[in-house]
Amino acid sequence: MTSAIVVSGLHKSYGSTHALDGLDLEVATGEVHGFLGPNGAGKSTTIRVLLGLLRGDAGDVSLLGGDPWHDAAKLHRRLAYVPGDVNLWPNLTGGEVIDLLGRLRGGVDEKKRDELLRRFDLDPTKKGRTYSKGNRQKVALVAALASDVELLILDEPTSGLDPLMEEVFRQCIEEERQRDRTVLLSSHILSEVEALCDRVSIIRRGQVVETGTLADLRHLTRTSIQAELAGSPNGLAQLPGIHDLDVEGNRVRCEVDTAQLDAVMRQLSASGIKSLVAQPPTLEELFLRHYEDDVPAQDSTEPEAAVR
Amino acid sequence: MNDFVGTGTLVRLALRRDRILIPIWILVFVITAAGSAKASIDLYSDQNALVEAARTSNASPALVSLYGRIFDESSLGAVSLFKLTAFGALLVGLLGGMLVVRHTRSEEESGRLELLSAGVLGRYAALASALIVSGATVIVLGLLTALSLVGSGLDTKGSLAFGLMWAAAGLAFAGVAAVTSQVSESARAANGLTAIVLGVAYVLRAIGDSSADGSTQWVSWLSPIGWAQQVRPYAGERWAVLLLPLAFLALLITAATALIRRRDLGAGLVRPRPGPPRAAKSLRSPLALAWRLHRGSLYAWGFAFLLLGLLVGNIASNVDGFVTSDSAKEMVQKLGGVEGITDAFLATEMGMVGLLASAFGIQAALRLRSEETALRAEPLLATGVTRAQWLASHVLMALLGTGVLILVAGLGSGISSGASLGNLGRQVPRMIGAAAVQLPAIWLVTALVVVLFGLAPKLVTGGWVLYGVFLLIGQFGEIFNLPQWMINLSPYDHTPRLPGGDFSVAPVLWLTAIAAALTIAGFTTFRRRDIG
Repeated sequence: MTSAIVVSGLHKSYGSTHALDGLDLEVATGEVHGFLGPNGAGKSTTIRVLLGLLRGDAGDVSLLGGDPWHDAAKLHRRLAYVPGDVNLWPNLTGGEVIDLLGRLRGGVDEKKRDELLRRFDLDPTKKGRTYSKGNRQKVALVAALASDVELLILDEPTSGLDPLMEEVFRQCIEEERQRDRTVLLSSHILSEVEALCDRVSIIRRGQVVETGTLADLRHLTRTSIQAELAGSPNGLAQLPGIHDLDVEGNRVRCEVDTAQLDAVMRQLSASGIKSLVAQPPTLEELFLRHYEDDVPAQDSTEPEAAVR
Repeated sequence: MNDFVGTGTLVRLALRRDRILIPIWILVFVITAAGSAKASIDLYSDQNALVEAARTSNASPALVSLYGRIFDESSLGAVSLFKLTAFGALLVGLLGGMLVVRHTRSEEESGRLELLSAGVLGRYAALASALIVSGATVIVLGLLTALSLVGSGLDTKGSLAFGLMWAAAGLAFAGVAAVTSQVSESARAANGLTAIVLGVAYVLRAIGDSSADGSTQWVSWLSPIGWAQQVRPYAGERWAVLLLPLAFLALLITAATALIRRRDLGAGLVRPRPGPPRAAKSLRSPLALAWRLHRGSLYAWGFAFLLLGLLVGNIASNVDGFVTSDSAKEMVQKLGGVEGITDAFLATEMGMVGLLASAFGIQAALRLRSEETALRAEPLLATGVTRAQWLASHVLMALLGTGVLILVAGLGSGISSGASLGNLGRQVPRMIGAAAVQLPAIWLVTALVVVLFGLAPKLVTGGWVLYGVFLLIGQFGEIFNLPQWMINLSPYDHTPRLPGGDFSVAPVLWLTAIAAALTIAGFTTFRRRDIG
């Protein structure tokens, strides 16, 4: 398996702020890779380094087998990019921008362009200044998806889209996957990444803290269980890997480390299971687990601010 | 009164945003006026020297069309400040207008006003607050200028008239900007329209002032800048004339409010029409895009420069009408006869054309930075476009655009002066040459913006500051008795004075070489820096 993107030990700071702090990222060719993190974690900075718009302070970056800083223009012909903030030229129409960006990349697939305009319900005759945020985003998306490229780099591409258009976007990405194109999809919307991505990297404070398939990552987290038993439960509290146990008569709620699921189920069925709801871990929980230590940290700064 | 709800809040917001900008502007004007007065007072210690200087100035068509007449040749104040009367009023007008656009259309275009309008905000609140801020700024500027002039030793009545005259010009163009902000959809266009009105006002007064036999003097009265001059500070003040700009302002405010009632927030007066769904075949390179982005402004500037050239040439053809007194005739002989004085006039005007064309060059080069900060450069640089190609596209527009402007102005002045002097075949190439020698200095100033853009993008608007410094050095360097090395800093000082003057190739080559070196430095530094 070759890699479309390999980043190792990437550092980037602006003055005293350390935006990227030894970031490692690998995106395999042909996969849809989710790049997940809250605002300000360093997603856009990473993408800008990948595009050669910013120069990393330290570390190695390889994009489609080349160096994005030195071979920027050459590599860019093989990729399409949708920025998080799309701004259009006020006096150019959306259609003109789509054609221009496509041509500068080396060509537009006319048929696909028209089909995408229809699917995204976008009027290409409007001037840039009259588009809403969502429509500006669509212009950039159509321009990117209509180009015949190997790699799509999408920075929070659905941030201005309504739910209907998000669905169209998901279908489009699904089609790209089937064509074996590589996609790097940055997002803070977990359900989107969960629905679309083969693998996920979670970024936090300029470092990738977790990377793997969704199955890999779920392994690291807990399944939540609600059960109604025939008799009162015994011995659950002593089992390893059980958390937040809450027993009310014959009802049980708990969180179980996925690795210990088997032992817990045996114990429950020993008491006779009348009903059972088991929820697989969502990315949401995974995410929260990585970020929960940020929350107290934030709280503790507040009194200081108040004093000041 | 509901329409004005929130005006006070917006005024405070605007003052908060401009708490550094406005004091700096006020200070620059006050210091320039006071410094200019002080220097002239020291210079003309002898009353005869003063009258002599005033007569010479009034006899020179170049100076009269550029700065206006000195209404009292024996008044110290009138002579000291004659270069700052009309020209200063123009600059105060620019400030007054820009402040209004900044707090109305710019805010609306950026969407910030929409954010505020969702709160409790009357529909006239934005305009009212912008006019209050702009009006207060120019009035404070005028009063402080008056104080500083009294402090420099000029008489109180004249100084007050001078300050109020400046303020009145600022108010008049604040009114103009109030209307242009409603008419156009972008702040850029609103500022452009205001600048055009300013330019027309200045040219109208130039026509009126340089009327040799007095038959077209009334044209000055069509211009707010003409009104400012007619207040005649230090030369028998005419206070009633101050009412004209105030009435003009009231009229424009009425017009602006009528326009506001008729349009939606964010929209201009002209409804946006749909455009082509496909890009033209030719729109396939960064250069094609740059042309598309600059062409509208280049057409407008080009038209203005053609008119300016025609006008300058036309005035030039009757400069000998100025020469009426014996002493003036004597002076003309010294200057090389009628042709000599016509050429001197044309050379001065071409220098002015060069200064104006530089403003286009700076503005076009600054487009680089606004494209970058508006995140429109990023998607382009993420395609097959190299940084050098993208940079070159806008730099070419700036450099070639100024070339076109200069050519058009030279052609216009050549045609109109040649036609009326009866030597078209000689005058056209002469004037094109006279215009063309302005280019190296223009390019150098434009190249300064390019190098700043590569090296220190956050300081790129420093291009305007440098331009302002060169302008001040050129206009006031001698009055202020600046050392020669400082005067030499201005590239415009090295431009040969043509037609009529000596042409030496060395300064032209030097200026071009420095401009080229700066441009190349801009390219190399831009290739190495972060975007954004």
